[in-house]
Amino acid sequence: MVDREEKYIGSISGKIAAYILLGFGALVSLMPLYWLVMTSLRPAGAEFTYPPEWIPSSFHPENYPVAWRRAPFWLFTFNSVLVTFLATLGTLLTASMAAYAFARVPFYGRNVWFGLTLSTMMLPWAVTLIPRFLLFKYMQLFDSLWPLFLPFWFGGGGFYIFLIRQFIMTLPVEMEEAAVVDGASRVRIFFMITMPLTKPAIAAVGVFSFIHHWNDFISPLIYTNREETRTLALGLRYFGDEQFTEFRLIMAVATLMLVPVLVVFFAANKYFVSGVALSGLAGR
Amino acid sequence: MADAVPLAATSPVQTKKPRWSRKVKADNIAGYLFLAPWIIGFLAFIVGPMLASGYLSLTKYSGFGDAKWVGFQNYDKIFQDDLFYTSLYNTTYFAFLGVPAQLLVALCLAVLLNMKVRYVNVFRTVYYIPTVTPAVANVFLWVWIFNFDFGLINSLLRLVGISPVNWLWDPQIVKPALILMSLWSVGQQMVIFLAALQGVSEELLEAASIDGASNFRRFIRITVPLISPVIFLNLIIGIINLFQTFTVAFIATKGGPINSSLFYVLYIYRKGFESFSMGYASGLAWILFMIILVITAIQFYFAQNWVYYESGGAPS
Repeated sequence: MVDREEKYIGSISGKIAAYILLGFGALVSLMPLYWLVMTSLRPAGAEFTYPPEWIPSSFHPENYPVAWRRAPFWLFTFNSVLVTFLATLGTLLTASMAAYAFARVPFYGRNVWFGLTLSTMMLPWAVTLIPRFLLFKYMQLFDSLWPLFLPFWFGGGGFYIFLIRQFIMTLPVEMEEAAVVDGASRVRIFFMITMPLTKPAIAAVGVFSFIHHWNDFISPLIYTNREETRTLALGLRYFGDEQFTEFRLIMAVATLMLVPVLVVFFAANKYFVSGVALSGLAGR
Repeated sequence: MADAVPLAATSPVQTKKPRWSRKVKADNIAGYLFLAPWIIGFLAFIVGPMLASGYLSLTKYSGFGDAKWVGFQNYDKIFQDDLFYTSLYNTTYFAFLGVPAQLLVALCLAVLLNMKVRYVNVFRTVYYIPTVTPAVANVFLWVWIFNFDFGLINSLLRLVGISPVNWLWDPQIVKPALILMSLWSVGQQMVIFLAALQGVSEELLEAASIDGASNFRRFIRITVPLISPVIFLNLIIGIINLFQTFTVAFIATKGGPINSSLFYVLYIYRKGFESFSMGYASGLAWILFMIILVITAIQFYFAQNWVYYESGGAPS
């Protein structure tokens, strides 16, 4: 978070109380996750034993390959990876371009456009749902992966633009001004100076975007239909409908789907929180 | 606001004063080029669809063939539709009860995570994990946790001698149950609160404790007013999000039992993509837009009474 000298709680009893509270919160936070993983390892039929066992009587990791073979999950994974990668790439590029323009380039009408950008954050997505669906159908892109990433090559979203713009505003302009004197073009300055300095904010947006698209359920539901175009999030749902009684298998796939999210989250955790803090979003 | 043209740019030697100097012109071109993807996206994926949605709401359209103009007929039908009122009631109930509950939990967690102890960063990560869990996985998991016979919660209740609750299949309980479930995914609000708490001035808090204020009093009298802009932000975003609750009802309860979790957007989805009444569904969507707009405007109106802005402290 914000870098500063942390003054730790001094008294022993204060420390103990703090850790008990924090530990209790952590226990409650992780309880569902524990249940998820434990259920995925239960023997067949043991989901339906009473009382439920906190620790399964025997562990069955073979649930995982069994579950994975129930549907073309490799294909779904490929689709998810492709969509997540392309959408995030588009978001990072075009959102930082817009953010750079808002932060650094004085052009006519800038404040109006910035105001419009902020106002899109408050627009309910449900309103544009049907026309967007019709638009993609008209463009013959319905039931393909295109609608899942194409829109994100056009600015990526107001929140991301805002976040990066706020970060660029905190950077000193001297380096960019020096580059202007040296005759560097705006494009060159953007890619060579501003983008590298904006890394923390871009990383934060990258993680947000990755998690959003990996987990996204509604867009695939609306824009895709065939099995070939399903993403993991959607594939899991169909799997659930057909095999609603085999919770241990659903939980196994859910666990696997969670792994990449956790990996990215832990790897970029530092940026994740600091990106929000640095954006000034919370800084009044 | 247009940026002022630098005075030095207009040369007095020229007989005809150029409207824009070369620098200003270059900046304008560069600015709009950098912004071009966003402007195109804004028009193609936001403004266009908004207008199209407004037009469609005045037509009868199945998604195939031509849209047939029917004027305000869809709206007439909507206002006589029992399910419209049911879904609006469910959604309002959900949002008005859910958002305060979520904000309270998020704020409490943020206060915990703002304690000055070693390894607090580890806890920050742990508390955020439920929020990054994929919604589909989360919903299946909670269907299982809420299961009447074999679920985690009822087994805990039995352990302490409380009779089990039929969480998802009792019309009276299903909405509170879904709110309870949503309290595990408040990480976003929590992080925003945490960032705000870290910005609260230590000096102010210390001065107050020297004056003899208790911890609770300091929190209510100093911390809360100082972070009120962020409470307001979370409130606005929370209401907008919960008014559009969809996935959980779509997968877990399918709107049931007896429509007690039929939320507004689920109803839009059913009308648009299951009954193929795209015109009707667009009308529903526009009404939702208007409702959210009015609620947001009311919140902004009342914000001046309780949201505190430090003078000159707005960086953006």
